[in-house]
Amino acid sequence: MLRLGFLLCLLALPLKAEEVVLGLSSDKVAITATFEGLEILVFGAVKREGPIPETPLDVVITVAGPSLPVTVWRKDRRFGIWVNTDEVRLDAAPTFYAVATTGPLDGVLSATEDLRHRISIRHAIRAVGAAGMTEEARRFAEALIRIRQAQNAYQMLENTVSFDEQTLFRTEIRLPANLTEGSYPTRIFLTREGRVVSQFETVIDVHKVGLERWLFTLSRERPLIYGLMSLAIAIAAGWGASAAFRVLRQG
Amino acid sequence: MQIYLPIAEVSVNAFLLLGLGGIVGILSGMFGVGGGFLMTPLLFFIGIPPAVAVATEANQIVASSFSGVLAHLRRKTVDLRMGTVLLIGGLIGAAIGVVVFNYLKSLGQVDLLVKLCYVVFLGVIGAIMFGESLRAIRRTRRGAAPARKRHGWVHGLPFKMRFRTSGLYISVIPPVLVGVCVGVLAAIMGVGGGFIMVPAMIYLLGMPTKVVVGTSLFQIIFVTAFTTLLHATTNYTVDIALAVLLLVGGVIGAQIGTTIGTRLRAEQLRILLAVMVLVVCAKLALDLLLTPSELYSIASGAGGH
Repeated sequence: MLRLGFLLCLLALPLKAEEVVLGLSSDKVAITATFEGLEILVFGAVKREGPIPETPLDVVITVAGPSLPVTVWRKDRRFGIWVNTDEVRLDAAPTFYAVATTGPLDGVLSATEDLRHRISIRHAIRAVGAAGMTEEARRFAEALIRIRQAQNAYQMLENTVSFDEQTLFRTEIRLPANLTEGSYPTRIFLTREGRVVSQFETVIDVHKVGLERWLFTLSRERPLIYGLMSLAIAIAAGWGASAAFRVLRQG
Repeated sequence: MQIYLPIAEVSVNAFLLLGLGGIVGILSGMFGVGGGFLMTPLLFFIGIPPAVAVATEANQIVASSFSGVLAHLRRKTVDLRMGTVLLIGGLIGAAIGVVVFNYLKSLGQVDLLVKLCYVVFLGVIGAIMFGESLRAIRRTRRGAAPARKRHGWVHGLPFKMRFRTSGLYISVIPPVLVGVCVGVLAAIMGVGGGFIMVPAMIYLLGMPTKVVVGTSLFQIIFVTAFTTLLHATTNYTVDIALAVLLLVGGVIGAQIGTTIGTRLRAEQLRILLAVMVLVVCAKLALDLLLTPSELYSIASGAGGH
């Protein structure tokens, strides 16, 4: 894997004893016609002024996709058939979300810190959804998580971050092929006994390139030309196949 | 080989799409149906967003119908006059259908309506065709001449017109009405409407089966071209990469299908179509009747159906 070592952020914050120095295998993801998803290698080190403290550190890494509004429907049986009856609209839910940790999430992160930094999938959605969510709405949000987890769009990757000598950490996060364009905020938290002691944030930029880019732009900016082009291609293909088959039969 | 679709924003196997296009193309050429009623659910199944699937499917049908119609034109099995009359009705119907569709969308139950439409229409048409073709096959086995050219109420209407290719002299009102109905349903159900039009032409208008397929394809080209443009300009949901893959398979399939179609006897052709229609109907009905494994579903904020 190509390591565009982007060693960022060496901000000297004097009060913090431990800081993250981060590298990403790539901070730009180009979606081409043959894009099949991508493994992003997130690696880095803990920078310290003094010796390694007694109590061990843990690392939590999150990668989130752009947030979009989502409507979740629930079916119910009416007149013998299953019909969409109830809906809940979430203002924004990330199209992709992955959490990778060095241990079980509830072990490395306390509930209050989870809520404050909106780390677990549940909080990442609730944070941007309806503010005071009712029990009913929560069930819809959980359904959304369940469905997206089944599609691999939401990933809970506990115990997947390797952390050597309390200093070097690395993990791989697989971005699926059906990525949405946009900025993917990536966060790294250092935690000790459930508390966040240091955090670092960067962005992975995901965008279409080449033909993909051109077609997408054309379809949005010149929809009529795009539509006519689609029809022209369709008719040309239809005619081409017809002519080719006639030649085949005669020959 | 995986390929990333720029508008659908998903990555799918290119050969899977070519294969799907081919199979649906064969059916299209054989029966004169656009194949949308089969392809659209199949595209949902492989993970294409519904709005993109419906719009792109329309574009693909243009290609396979055009390819099919050229084959029929050479064989002189297209009644251009009848096709034009049906088309006029179809465009009026499509316009009405879009209005109805948007009204129901505002009520939030358009998915259900689309599915119910499918179940009811496919069920009724499939059953009628199946029964009729069975009787026809039994008749030909017994050696009796098929009873044709019944003079029903259709022949008592004004504005008569001669359709030479079909060998008909009937009023233009029934074909226009058939066109309008098909247009409305096509707009609501997001398909070309061939599977409704073909039986309507055979049983309602009494057109010979040979001419029906080509004429139906002729009309479908224009209705789906209109739909494609509508989707491309209002919803931006036509995925040209997806369309190209489907139509490469589709146009080849349509040619093969047309050849198979001419080898089969009309009754056999009809009974096959009837069985296919009933199978799709049963599948959709089961989806509505059986308890789904996941009660919740996600609709992205952009809308569409």
